[in-house]
Amino acid sequence: MLPLMEAEAVDRNSWVTKEEMLDIYTLSQCTPGVIAVNTATFIGRKTKGFFGALFATLGVITPSLIIISLIAAFFTSFADNPYVVHAFAGIRVAVAALMACVVLKFIKSGIKAPAQVGILIAAFITVAFLKISPVIIILVSGLFGFFALRGKEAEVDE
Amino acid sequence: MNKLLLMCLNFFKTGLLAVGGGLATVPFLKEIAEKHPDWYTVEDLTNMIAVGESTPGPIGINIATYAGFQTAGVIGGILATLFMVAPSFIVIMIIYKAWQKFKDNDKVQATFLGLRPAGIGLILSVCYTVFVSAVIPGGTFNPYLLLMFLVFFAALQIPKIKDIHPIFYILLAAAIGIIFKL
Repeated sequence: MLPLMEAEAVDRNSWVTKEEMLDIYTLSQCTPGVIAVNTATFIGRKTKGFFGALFATLGVITPSLIIISLIAAFFTSFADNPYVVHAFAGIRVAVAALMACVVLKFIKSGIKAPAQVGILIAAFITVAFLKISPVIIILVSGLFGFFALRGKEAEVDE
Repeated sequence: MNKLLLMCLNFFKTGLLAVGGGLATVPFLKEIAEKHPDWYTVEDLTNMIAVGESTPGPIGINIATYAGFQTAGVIGGILATLFMVAPSFIVIMIIYKAWQKFKDNDKVQATFLGLRPAGIGLILSVCYTVFVSAVIPGGTFNPYLLLMFLVFFAALQIPKIKDIHPIFYILLAAAIGIIFKL
C-alpha cells in the first residue's frame, strides 16, 4: 500500500516531498488507527487543508467499502455450501501462519528494550488466557510507557 | 440501545485504541464478537481476516467493512468503517499544526515505547485464537491441520517465497481444504 501511495503523492503529483512522506509515515504509525488511512489523511491535510484531509480519507476507504460489501454479500449466501466450508477450514490454517509471520516481523522491528519484551508477554497472557479486555491493556501499557520508559529510546539507539 | 448506534460506538473505540496498523484492530473486533455473538462470531472474524488479506485496500479497513456488513448489511459496513477512521481523523486534525513537536516529544515517544509491544502482544493473542480454531476445529484436534500449519509457516520463512502475495497462500489453502475435505 505504502509504495503505491508514495508513487502517487511524491512522484506523480508532487503533493509532498520524499522527506515529508517519511515524516508523515512515522507520524501515521504514532497515531491511532489504520496506518495507510492516516497517511492519506496527513497528505490530504497538507495539500488542501481540512477538506483535502476529508476527501483523501474517504477516497482511500471507498474501494474497500465497495469490494468488501460485494464479497461479504456473496459469502453470506454461500456460507453453508460444503465447498466453502472445506475451503475455509484450509484458509484458517493459512491465516494462522500468515499472522504468526506478521507477529515475528513486528517483534524484529518493534521490540528494542527489555521492558518491551515484558509488556508483550504480559499483554499476550492477560488477553489470551485471563480474558482481560484489550482496552485495559492498551491504557495500562500507554501509561506505563509515559511514566516509566522516558529516555529509554535514547538508550536503545546507543 | 439501538444496535446501529451501539455498533458505531464499538467501532469508534476500536479506531481510537488500535495502535500499530490494520491487524491491531482485530483484538478489539474479537472483543466485540465475544460480547455480541449475534453480530458476528470469532470464527467469522477469521474468515474476515482471510478476505481482508486477499483483497486490495488496507486490511484494517477491509476487516471493519466486513464486520459491519455482517452486523447490519451494507449500511452497517459503511458506518462501521466511517466510525473506525473517525478517531484517527480527529486526532490528526488536532495534532497537525504541532506535528513536528508531537513527533519529537519524549513523552509521546515514551508512551509509544509502551504501546507498541502491547499492540504486538494483542495481535499475538488473536493469532493464538486463530491457530486454535484452525488446528482444533470444533474442539477436535486434527494433526494434519497442524502439519499443514507447520509447512505454511516454514515456507513463509524462506526468502523468495515469503514475499509472494498472501492471496496465493490463501487460495492454495482453500484448494487443499476442498481437495482433502478438511
